[in-house]
Amino acid sequence: MITEIEKREIEAEIKKAPTKKAAVIDVLKVVQKHRRWIPDEALEEAADMLGMTPAEVDSIATFFSLIYRRPVGKHVILVCDSVSCWLVGYEDVKQHLMEMLGISLGETTKDGRFTLLPSACLGVCEEAPAMMIDDDLYTHLTPSLVDEILQKY
Amino acid sequence: MRFYRNIDDMTKEKPLTKNIRPDGPPCNLQEYVESGGYRGLRKALSDHDHEEVIDMVVRANLLGRGGAGFPAGKKWSLVPMGEDVPRPKYVVCNFDEMEPGSFKDRFLVEGDPHQLIEGMILAGYAIEAEVGYIFIRRDYVKAARILSKAIKEAYGKNYLGTNIMGQGFNYELHLHVSAGRYICGESSALLNALEGGRAIPRSRPPHMSTVGLWGKPTVVNNVETICNVPHIVANGPDWFRELSYTEEGGTKIYGASGRVKKPGAWELPMGTTLREILEEHAGGMKEGFKLRGALPGGASSEFVTLEQLDTKMDFASMKKVQSHLGTGTVIVLDNGNCPLGMVLSLQRYFSRESCGWCTPCREGLPWIVQMLEALEEGSGTAEDIEILLAHTKLLETGNTFCTLAPAAMFSLESALRHFRDDFEGHIRLKGCSYKRDKAKV
Repeated sequence: MITEIEKREIEAEIKKAPTKKAAVIDVLKVVQKHRRWIPDEALEEAADMLGMTPAEVDSIATFFSLIYRRPVGKHVILVCDSVSCWLVGYEDVKQHLMEMLGISLGETTKDGRFTLLPSACLGVCEEAPAMMIDDDLYTHLTPSLVDEILQKY
Repeated sequence: MRFYRNIDDMTKEKPLTKNIRPDGPPCNLQEYVESGGYRGLRKALSDHDHEEVIDMVVRANLLGRGGAGFPAGKKWSLVPMGEDVPRPKYVVCNFDEMEPGSFKDRFLVEGDPHQLIEGMILAGYAIEAEVGYIFIRRDYVKAARILSKAIKEAYGKNYLGTNIMGQGFNYELHLHVSAGRYICGESSALLNALEGGRAIPRSRPPHMSTVGLWGKPTVVNNVETICNVPHIVANGPDWFRELSYTEEGGTKIYGASGRVKKPGAWELPMGTTLREILEEHAGGMKEGFKLRGALPGGASSEFVTLEQLDTKMDFASMKKVQSHLGTGTVIVLDNGNCPLGMVLSLQRYFSRESCGWCTPCREGLPWIVQMLEALEEGSGTAEDIEILLAHTKLLETGNTFCTLAPAAMFSLESALRHFRDDFEGHIRLKGCSYKRDKAKV
């Protein structure tokens, strides 16, 4: 199941780490980079390479919120729902995102383009409300700005 | 990043932010060195032994900037020293910064990454550590890119690696990019995450200074704490204490978010009043809004109200008004937002981010969210307020494994103390009057 490229990248991560187990997050990120999420078979093979049991790796994969154990869309939107954003318009931004995409938090659009997830404080409170799409940060959000941003993806 | 300086500010020394260009590129290695960077490291390696560096930080009275305010020098002095102690020893920098309302560490690293790196090397030298880790949250993509470039630059000039600056000190520094979860910011949970485990807190004792990362002596410090160290070593503890208005040494990165005119971050003398931060630096409230209260130190601090605005923002003074300095990044509550709604937003956060390891936190926080939701929807009763009050005791320090739940209770307890009328109003009016007013507009 795991491809040769993934295998090489996983081996490189394990080699860099002080212990095999310490590489687990980086290894899961390799799989996620190639597949967007962590399917069971890939998790089992990665566990084998890490010298860990699948259950042990799964206990970590399910703990960290940015490791996905279910399929996600082509782009993941993390909308900050923490207090500083809440004070200055999070509810409107969230509502607008859900209407535009036709999904609720935690869901993926039918065309598989977007997954919408709530996020812990993104640490840009001085420019709230904020969201991230993949690695890109967007701030000072308004419903009309959200429309503009979504066009780019 | 918005970063404001006014003329009065220019007369005050700002060691932490002097190299930071608002909206400009980060300070590179050459610029950092030209501004006096790595001078502290050179001085420490050539003129001072480990204990002298620890002693400088002790005398500077540098209190931990992650929120707890534990004296950094004291933390370091608990690490066993000498030939026979377990090795390698570790310095870990907590750059998880997921405290709602806090953005100061990002601001420091994106503007001046070498300041953190020099601080990490000095911390390593002070406790005779061989290895340092900077633990950064996944969402700080820009900061991670800047930091990893700066670490490469530092290796290139032998500020890191073997025989640093020809002085015989060896030290490796690694960057670990995490994958979410607020609890990773709890220092012992952070060590579990670094080891490749679930980020749940560890029981103490043993303290991490003796049994830390992979069972070896370890210190964990916040970004801002570490960034102060090069300046203390270069200019001395007396100079550092002079920067402050109070007994607690140094400057502080304060911040403000919410409906203020100029949300942002500012380096000011430790002990600057909350009023000065909000009125001068944050520019007061936005047109049409009035100040009702504030969380002075991020989500894990207690509301203060208008009567407490002249309080000095340091650890000791904020305690006297039944609050916490926390991260020093102020979250402002205005008269257009419902205090109960704000507390609900905070409790939803803590409830979701609970690691689930201990029962009061795992079970108590969702109950609190449910009761607050009932009050907001108009189905709450007077008894609910009593049950909420009881929870502020049930989840307090001593009943839980770590401080996540006790700190979550700070905003709830203080909101019930200062804004009880608003809570009771939700019962009387069967719902949230702020929401209704907003709907009318």
